[in-house]
This record gives sequence, C-alpha cells and structure tokens, in this order.
Amino acid sequence: MSTRWQKWKQNRRAAWLAYIALAVLLAALPFLTGAALGRGWVRILDFTLLYVMLALGLNIVVGYAGLLDLGYIAFYAVGAYMYALLASPHFNLHLPFWALLPLGAGLAGIFGILLGAPTLRLRGDYLAIVTLGFGEIIRIFLNNLNAPVNITNGPQGVNLIDPVSIGDFSFSRTHSLFGVDFPGIYTYYYLFLALALLVIFVSLRLQNSRIGRAWVAIREDEVAAEAMGINTRNIKLLAFATGASFAGISGGLFAGFQGFISPESFNLFESIIVLCMIVLGGMGNIPGVILGAVLLTIFPEALRYLGELQNALFGRILVDPSDLRMLIFGLALILIMIFRPAGLLPSVRRQREFGSDASVLAQEQASLYDTQR
Amino acid sequence: MDILTQQLINGLVLGSIYALVALGYTMVYGILELINFAHGEVTMFGAMICLAVIGALAGNGTGLDGGVIVLLGLLAAIAVCMAMGFLIERIAYRPLRRAPRLAALITAIGVSIVLQNLAMLIWGKQYVTFPPLLPLVRYELGGAIITNLQIFIMVLSCLLMAGLLVLVKHTRLGRAMRATAQAQDIAGLMGINTHTIISVTFVIGAALAAVAGVMVSAYYGLAHYYMGFMLGLKAFTAAVLGGIGNIAGAMLGGLLLGVIESLGAGYIGALTGGFLGSHYQDVFAFFVLILVLIARPSGLLGERVVERA
Repeated sequence: MSTRWQKWKQNRRAAWLAYIALAVLLAALPFLTGAALGRGWVRILDFTLLYVMLALGLNIVVGYAGLLDLGYIAFYAVGAYMYALLASPHFNLHLPFWALLPLGAGLAGIFGILLGAPTLRLRGDYLAIVTLGFGEIIRIFLNNLNAPVNITNGPQGVNLIDPVSIGDFSFSRTHSLFGVDFPGIYTYYYLFLALALLVIFVSLRLQNSRIGRAWVAIREDEVAAEAMGINTRNIKLLAFATGASFAGISGGLFAGFQGFISPESFNLFESIIVLCMIVLGGMGNIPGVILGAVLLTIFPEALRYLGELQNALFGRILVDPSDLRMLIFGLALILIMIFRPAGLLPSVRRQREFGSDASVLAQEQASLYDTQR
Repeated sequence: MDILTQQLINGLVLGSIYALVALGYTMVYGILELINFAHGEVTMFGAMICLAVIGALAGNGTGLDGGVIVLLGLLAAIAVCMAMGFLIERIAYRPLRRAPRLAALITAIGVSIVLQNLAMLIWGKQYVTFPPLLPLVRYELGGAIITNLQIFIMVLSCLLMAGLLVLVKHTRLGRAMRATAQAQDIAGLMGINTHTIISVTFVIGAALAAVAGVMVSAYYGLAHYYMGFMLGLKAFTAAVLGGIGNIAGAMLGGLLLGVIESLGAGYIGALTGGFLGSHYQDVFAFFVLILVLIARPSGLLGERVVERA
C-alpha cells in the first residue's frame, strides 16, 4: 500500500489536487457536519482542533525528545487561567485577545522551563512521576487559591470569560458573509483551524531542523547525543518550553471558547488522554498524532449513540450508554495497542525498526526513552 | 492529646497500606519496566468484592461471627484479585512483551479504565459502606489514641512484607524472580520459565493489593469505584520515592509517604501561618517527592545506575 502511495505522491499534479480537495473539505466541514449531524457536532469539531494542538505540543516533548510527561495538562491550565483571569469580570480586567494569546504561550513556556529545570537529571519513569506530581500540584493550587486571597475562585472556577474577539469582530456572534450565516461555533472553527495549521506547520519545520534532530538524538541515546556536541540541557528545556507554549495557546482558546473554566477540566485523566492520542496515533509522526487526536475526541462522543443502538437492537435500553461509553473506550485502547503496538500511523523510522529482525526490536525497546539499562 | 504522636500513628497506618500497594507496582516494574496503571483498580476490586461478600453473608441469618464474615470476605477478595492479576497480564501485557514500552503503558491505562467502569456497572456509583462487624477498641498510647483496627493493619502489613522479603530473598521462586528481573533472556536460557515467573509476580502483587483494598475500606468505612485511582497514584509515588524496582524501597517509601502526608495535613497550616490549609497535603507529598528525586534521582534506596556508553 505504501509504495503505491509514494508513487502517487511523487505525481505533483495529483498531490496538488489532493491538497486542494483537502482544503475544500476542511473549509466545508462545519457546514457538512452541521447539516448532517447538528450543531453539537460542530462544537465537537472545535474541540477536536484544540486537542490536535495539544497533542502536537505533547508530541514535541514525548514523541521527539522522548521525555515522558504525565502532567502536560498543567500547561493547558496555565494558558486557560491566564486568559480567564485577564479577560473576565473576576478581576474586572478585559485584555484583548491578541495580547493574551502570546502572553499565555509565554507564561506556559516559562512554566515548562520551571518544570524542566529540576528534572533534567531524571530518566524515564522517574520523570513521568515528577511531571505527574507537578500537574497535580498546579491543579490543587488552582482548586484552593480562593483563600485567603481570592485569585482563582477555587472549585467554582471562573465564569463569564470574554469570548475571543479581534477588534470589533467577536467570534461568538453570528456573522453573515455573501448571504451565508456563520454562527459562533463556525467562526471559532475557522480560527482554531488556522491556528492548528500554524501549529502543524511549526511542528513540521521543527521536525527536520537542527533542533528537531537534536531532540531525536536525545531520545535515542542521550549520552551519545551529548558526545556529539549537543547541549542536552538547553535542548531538553527547549522541548519542554515549546511543548508547553502550544498547550498555553490552546488553553487560552479553550477558555475564550468555553466562557467558563474550573480546575476539574485539568485533571490527570486529561493528561493521560492526550498521551494516549499521540501513542495511539503514532508517536513522533505528525499525521499519526493528528489522527490520534481526532479519533480519541470523536470516538467517545460517537459512543453516546450507544443508547439508540441498543434501542434498535433490543428494543429497549439495557445499560445506560454513558456508563458503557468509557468501558468501550478502554477496551478500544487495549485492542489498538495489541494489534498496532507502534500506533496507527507510525513514523517511517519506527516502521523500519518494526519491519526488521528481533534484535533491532529489542534495541528499540531499550532505547525508547531511556538508556539506563 | 498529643498531636504529633497521633499524626505519626495515623501516618504509619496509612503508610503501611500504601506500602502494600506500592509493592505490587515495584515488583512488576522490577521485572517488566512497566508502570502497571491497573494496579490501583485491582486494589479497588479487592475492597468491593470483600464488601459484596460481607453484604451477602451479614444480616441474613447465617449466624456467622462478624470476624469470620470479614475473614471470608478477605479471602474471597484475595482469590478474585489473584485471578484478575493473572488475566490482566495474560490478556493485556503478554502480547506486548516485545513492543515499545509506551504501548504497554497505554494498554495499562486502558485496563484501568475498563476495570473502573466495570466496577461502576456492577456496584453502582454510590459509596458502599463497611458494616460495623468488628467491635472497635481504643487504646491510649503516649497521649494518643490507637484502635485495634489500626494495630491489626500495621501488624498484618508487617507480616506480609516480611513474608514477601523471605520469599524473594530465600526461596527458589524468589531467586527465579530476581534472575528474571535482572536479565529476562538470560534467565530463560538458564531454564527459568520467565512467562510463569511474570504471571506469579502479577498474582502476588494482586493478592497484596486485595489485602490493602480491604484494609482501606475497613479503615475509612467506605469503598467506591473511583477509590483505586488516587490510592494507586499515591502508592506509585511511594514506590518511586523509595526507588522503583526495589522491594525494601517500596516499603520505606510507603511508610514515609503516609507519615509525610499526615504530618503535612496536621502541621501545614501552622507552618505557613494559616496561609495554606490542610487541603494542600497532596501538594506537600508531591513536593517532598520532587525534592527527594532532585537529590537522589533514582529514589531513596534505588541503586545508582551507571550510564551505559
């Protein structure tokens, strides 16, 4: 299958046609979805794009640099709270969106370095537990910083956050263009799509850059990378900061889009789900990560139809679909990993390693993200 | 009442439960280098099954003594959890023996989600209470109160941990386990059936988890389908604190984490002049963990690993 695809890709005209078709499809997607499945699914599309950005950020830390991060959602929280506190009636501040987005990215990046600096010496699973602890610490502080001075408003969260707007153009209102109505969730879709494409572009450009190759070198063998003259400390910190700033951007967008945030949205389970997205899709491979993010956002939502399915099959609802949903989700995770251990769309490098003999596999297993054995 | 002694006692009781769960994490990690995320859920199942058995036997005229009923519940929980440990390894982890390590981590997360939701479907979303079958006796110790349940938990944990140490250090099975942990392929060449050894490791870990689960539910008087998550997280933290893969480390880490937590809950307010309340106890625990790992990157008792060139 892949050779035919390669040949087809070499045909430039076909490639351009495919890109144009993809662009038209992406542009029309909210209208098609809205018409076929209803407004609720357009909202899910918006969330899918947010998760694509998040997953691509984590992909830099875990997929490229091989640093297992289980507290990634903390940076999403930092971006979201940054936006919420500076653009809501909570402090009566209403900073404009164009100022908040880089601020959120920058602050999240600083938090990334704050997390990265003390953990530079840690390897593999020790790093995993420290990042997990860091994520929990951020969440607990968000949950409790309503006393003695009310900063985050505690478990109630921050309400009435300003919607994203540029100048007079508010993304939450319905706009008409050439007689076509664009409701809020549709305009948000185009904004998120543009930013997701930007994040994809940055990821692609980073992949084969000097920095990107340094990340991969550290992932494969940190000692050898250092011997080759890579400043592993700075390069690792850069991975944390870059990944975190992607999360900061999507966090800010989330706060503006949702209009309400609370610490509950940033628990450990969310970190784990984002990690599942990148491993399931194919770590280190951008199309794989996007596929993982899309699947894991849409699949649990699609499982909400289980009730109707039961009605059609048995004539009544046997088990509450919302209870069954996560059960099936967990089973799907297990089955996909058993049948495709390298992910649905593995990177070329990994594919080669999997196609070869067992000794290479053993090496791969040992060098996935630590070299300590 | 002496607050320091009281917090120390509470911490040690909590810590010995953490240690039992942490042992399961650390044994599996020592052999497979896998964070068995489903371990916390096995603990939860232990508690739930024990309560189900108690619920079935108590108060319907079987005439059994309260202690006997609890013992039967405990035994049932151990048996079911051992079977679960075996099946989890067989179904979800064995096919991935040669796969990248993160793939196994994701299946572990998948198993955890499945078990949690399975428990929710079976026992519902409500808290299940532990019926007061055993009379609670309070003793005074150095100005603090200690109950017979607390003493029982600590003694049983110590016995189990001592038994495990003897098993690992002084028996044929233990030697095979250590060999498998050191070099799985070589151990296989030496005639050890490594698949069996790995299964046995999971089964032992699950049995300890079942006991810990019953202890937690008896101690707090409650069980809930979601309880395994936080308990597993704490126990895993404890295992890392002591040096993951190291059995004595898991015990030390568990006890230490329990004490740190309860002292943190008791004193954090006074230390910060009332600025931070006792709800920051988890922050305190994670903060200590981070500090320990900065000073000793492979945990308190973990061996310093020489970097391979």
